[in-house]
Amino acid sequence: MTGITFTKLKKNCKTDMTGCREYRLAVLGDCATQHLATAIQGYGVEENMAFKIYDADYNQIDAQLLDPSSEFCQFGAQFALIYMCSEKLYHTFAETEDKTGFADKIYQKIRSYWDLVNRQQLSCSIIQFLFVEFDDRIYGNYAAKTKASFLYQVKRLNCLLMDGAQEIKNVFFMDLNGIQLQCGREIAYDDKLYYIAKMPLSTAVLPEVAKQVTDIVKAVSGAIRKCVITDLDNTLWGGVIGDDGLEGIQIGELGLGHAFEEFQIWLKELKNRGIVLAVCSKNDENTAKEPFLKHPEMVLRLDDFSMFVANWEDKASNIRFIQETLNIGMDSIVFLDDNPFEREQVRRAIPDITVPELPEDPAQYLSHLRALNLFETASSSESDKDRTQQYQAEAKRTISRQQYQNYDEYLQSLNMVAEVKPFDRFQFPRIAQLTQRSNQFNLRTVRCTEAEIERMAEDDRFITFYFTLRDDFGDHGLISVVILEKTDSDTLFMYNWLMSCRVLKRGMEEFIINKVIDTARKEGYKRVVGEYIQTPKNAMVKDIYEKLGFRNLGEGRFEADVEQFVRNRTFIVGSEQ
Amino acid sequence: MSREEILKKVNEIFWDVFDDESIVVTEETTAADIEDWDSLTHITLISEVEDEFGFTFAMKDVLGMKNVGEMLDIIEEQI
Repeated sequence: MTGITFTKLKKNCKTDMTGCREYRLAVLGDCATQHLATAIQGYGVEENMAFKIYDADYNQIDAQLLDPSSEFCQFGAQFALIYMCSEKLYHTFAETEDKTGFADKIYQKIRSYWDLVNRQQLSCSIIQFLFVEFDDRIYGNYAAKTKASFLYQVKRLNCLLMDGAQEIKNVFFMDLNGIQLQCGREIAYDDKLYYIAKMPLSTAVLPEVAKQVTDIVKAVSGAIRKCVITDLDNTLWGGVIGDDGLEGIQIGELGLGHAFEEFQIWLKELKNRGIVLAVCSKNDENTAKEPFLKHPEMVLRLDDFSMFVANWEDKASNIRFIQETLNIGMDSIVFLDDNPFEREQVRRAIPDITVPELPEDPAQYLSHLRALNLFETASSSESDKDRTQQYQAEAKRTISRQQYQNYDEYLQSLNMVAEVKPFDRFQFPRIAQLTQRSNQFNLRTVRCTEAEIERMAEDDRFITFYFTLRDDFGDHGLISVVILEKTDSDTLFMYNWLMSCRVLKRGMEEFIINKVIDTARKEGYKRVVGEYIQTPKNAMVKDIYEKLGFRNLGEGRFEADVEQFVRNRTFIVGSEQ
Repeated sequence: MSREEILKKVNEIFWDVFDDESIVVTEETTAADIEDWDSLTHITLISEVEDEFGFTFAMKDVLGMKNVGEMLDIIEEQI
């Protein structure tokens, strides 16, 4: 739970949010949603997010979605939150004769809502609340055995929704069941509020629901956590390796070991889904590495970590070193340490980093961290699990670079090969993910869902490219996306250009622009126009177009004359098919 | 807890919920006396009082209480 009361969130709503990024969110519900809307608005203030909320009247979902001139359709929502409550669902269930077909019928209806949203509002993400599962005790435990029970149908409905959303990329779920499990039905629901005011959620649970809605909004908008930096002694195992020795530390069977084992399993699962792990510990390096190499019960091994920093420097400096080497934003890093003093020191030195409290009892580490929902994401792709290797290779490159006298020599030694292809189906998830994750090298910060990526790939008005890069140290995978819009018969507009910061200063941006100009020439265009839209994070590409040979037109716009363009120098070789 | 002490605490809840520390509630105060006291705020008020005094109102009390005095009666009875 958030520790913030609804009353506090309500007061927050009076805060002047000028200068904060605006998020337009529409709330559509079949119950009273005013307090939910207030809570979301107020929670946004805690996160420096200026929510602009349209809260539709009670039970107006159909009317708002069907009529193109409705307030919802005119509002221009970036997010449409659909909350249909289980209490109302139960009413409909009671009135339905064909109980066993109930879930499918309701699924079709919600599916049609999603389709309507997508027809009306081109770039709107849907946050669908899953139904809270409860049993009416009509059948007792037999409810799980008969398809005619409410319990069976509501569980099935949730599964149908989750399955259905696999193909509709802009649908995201808010799992109220998770919140109910976390805080208990008694806390999460106040029956009398539903009877009196058609409000299913209790006042006490609203802040947590609002927090998780903002978690989703942030993730869809590109703010996600990418890396966990962890301490070792009493964080990954019980005891102090320097004092207790390899046989004395508690992991696995010994002492408190099972708690640490479960904790390591969780970190390993995070790593497998693409969260990069790094160690930051006050220890001698060899001593610190010993358990990873020699202890049979350790779950995590050295190759699970992108970086391993163990020395006697202060932790904030070591964290900065890790952050610079991996080249990721401080606000995408979570630091875990059992020592309150270290946590406080890091928090003070690095305001942007996330440093969660850890309970004193290691038995509570896991449930505490899970409850914080630190790793919300809006996409996943097959290549996520390779991310650790990519960051390991990056650290090796950093070391190799130091051996060369001049940078060109180093670049040549890498033997870089890039691949250029138009968007294809297999890469839609990764492309969408990159548009959502990239903040720094991102010229216009146009976030795209998979559905939008697919639309543009098939639209003749656009030319799409993705770029991959590999070198002697490893494969970076898909690292840049360019979407060119044919604005008129002479002009290509760089509608979207972003690149992973992992490949900065390799000559990749030069290679990409050469490719763009070549394409323009081949297709008979006279000029290429680029635009820089400033955000708090993308200052690094402010002058990129000028550096690459574009003329500054003012107001953030730049132009390249295709005929007179001088190719940029790069050591990257293309491997076009 | 004496009735005066309860009233004092309830008054503080009013300050918090209506975000207005100039509000002075008495036994006779009704929803008509406080501008923002609508049905939605009433629910917030109820939840805050429940939280502060550690009990839950019955539905009939939520709907039935006519003034702050009646709210104090219920609180006195419950704690």
